[in-house]
Amino acid sequence: MAIAATRAPVRQQSRARARRNALVGWSFILPNFIGFAVLTLIPMGAAFVIAFMEWDSYSPPEWVGVENFERLLGDQSFWIALGNTAYYAAGHIPLTMLAALGLALLLNKRIRGLGFFRTTMFFPYITSLVAVAVVWNMLFNPTMGPINQFLEWIGVQDPPGWTTTSAWSMPAVIITSVWRDMGYYMVLYLAGLQAIPQEYYEAAEVDGANAWQRFWNITIPSLRPTTFFVLIMVTIASFKVFDLIVVMTDGGPGRSTLVLSQLIYREGIRENRFGYSSAISLVLFLIVLVFTVVQFRIQKRKED
Amino acid sequence: MSVISTLPEVDRLADELTPPAAGRPVTAKRRGPRLNPAKRVILYVLLAALTLLIFVPFFWMVSSSLKHNNQVFSIPIQWVPTEFVWSNYVDIWTRIPLLTYLKNSLFLSVTITFLQVLTGSFAAYGFSKMRFKGRDVLFVIYIATIAVPWQAYMIPQYIMMQNAGLVNTHLSIILLQAFGAFGVFLMRQYYMSIPDELSEAARIDGLNEYRIWWRIILPLTKPALASLALLTFVSTWNDYMGPFIYFTSNDLWTVQIGLRSFVGQFDAEYAMIMTGSVISVIPIVIVFLLGQRFFIQGIATSGLKG
Repeated sequence: MAIAATRAPVRQQSRARARRNALVGWSFILPNFIGFAVLTLIPMGAAFVIAFMEWDSYSPPEWVGVENFERLLGDQSFWIALGNTAYYAAGHIPLTMLAALGLALLLNKRIRGLGFFRTTMFFPYITSLVAVAVVWNMLFNPTMGPINQFLEWIGVQDPPGWTTTSAWSMPAVIITSVWRDMGYYMVLYLAGLQAIPQEYYEAAEVDGANAWQRFWNITIPSLRPTTFFVLIMVTIASFKVFDLIVVMTDGGPGRSTLVLSQLIYREGIRENRFGYSSAISLVLFLIVLVFTVVQFRIQKRKED
Repeated sequence: MSVISTLPEVDRLADELTPPAAGRPVTAKRRGPRLNPAKRVILYVLLAALTLLIFVPFFWMVSSSLKHNNQVFSIPIQWVPTEFVWSNYVDIWTRIPLLTYLKNSLFLSVTITFLQVLTGSFAAYGFSKMRFKGRDVLFVIYIATIAVPWQAYMIPQYIMMQNAGLVNTHLSIILLQAFGAFGVFLMRQYYMSIPDELSEAARIDGLNEYRIWWRIILPLTKPALASLALLTFVSTWNDYMGPFIYFTSNDLWTVQIGLRSFVGQFDAEYAMIMTGSVISVIPIVIVFLLGQRFFIQGIATSGLKG
């Protein structure tokens, strides 16, 4: 009895404190959360619903079920955009990761001027994308551009037409994007490399492991979490590609560089077909989701 | 405490989305094996080649901006103009309303950065130093949205803005970008590294939570604030898609759209286009040089911008 009598007020008091805590806690989050909920969460939810509607800005929305998705199946532009997005990702993801890892390995040494080199490699990433795209477009000029002049100089007989031809436009975009992004992911790899204890290498050296063995048996496995993280980030970024393509090629020539995000923009904002556009964005979302989940799964299996 | 607030999933997910070894001052450290002279030479040659690869496009941009139009493309390439056409840098201001574009870019970047840093660090305190029901579930939602491509909800956002009458106003882009999850996430990752005992001690001293945030946590996280501010400023300055979709009238345009439209309009004015490109990059160069160590720190901690 005595115990219960003293306990009850304590419990009441702690409940009151918890409530006060929650109020104060929410008050910290609220200024951001209101904006976040209204402008991110609600639109995300709405995108799911709108994808099942026929909606333009002139007539009221009408529920049409999976009709938008059925139409997608027969839409040639959609399949081309899907293929091009995959093409871009297939080029951009591995090349960016390899370049970033290579740069990080080179710049994880004790040398003079390290800070300068790291800063330099990182600089393209923060440069305005429009400026980057405009400059590279000129570098890629098929007849007089510096790149093809260089190629001719080293003996390439018939250099590619780059952004003026449908066969070479996507490679041109990929080259530009790798040049731009590699320094950014290099920073992530550098952080990963510096977390590897130096003692591992010293021990391996004592055991007579050569440089290649040390790289293969220490560096690569130790970097696995970093590689996983970079992979997820590059993948998401790849599927979102828009600015670079709009400025460099605007999806052309023909539809050779048309990507999903651009199709979403065209259908939704230029043509006012909100429902159809949302259906495409749902597909894009699902693709990114599947890739992310699969990568998380594979990572987990390797950990176990 | 509730079951939810001890949910181990939250920190695991937050950890998985934070690059391993984050927060280390990457540039400050000089580790790694010593090299023998031969290897050192090879390394320098490689690095010189890579530096060239990075710099050539920039060099070409600046050099072309100082040429006459018919000299931009010449065979063989002129790396240094025979005659420096400084007048390009005078003429461009009358060719396009560049000053308006720069002002708009600056206004948007500063406003969005201010709001993002303020609300982000404020919310981060709630997410890391306060314990209450529902906190962790909410944070998981924040994290999850970072992985959703913006294009997936771009249309509903646009419809909302259209209904609110905000399309073709600066307010639309400010609202869309100021309350992102990124700032909250980045700041929370920093706050987690500050020992809880600090807030506890301040509480015992009688400070309320708001004052703890303002007087103790904020001053301690200045480098994090700088990282977030720089990353947000640069990504807003460089943003193309947002302003491209929302601003139709010319007097609202940012440097990025202005430059893009200049390219489309005056297709063959290569020298002038390069001049515009150089001017659009200069503010970023300045910001970058002033705060590069914070940039690298911010990226190594979050890796999430862009």
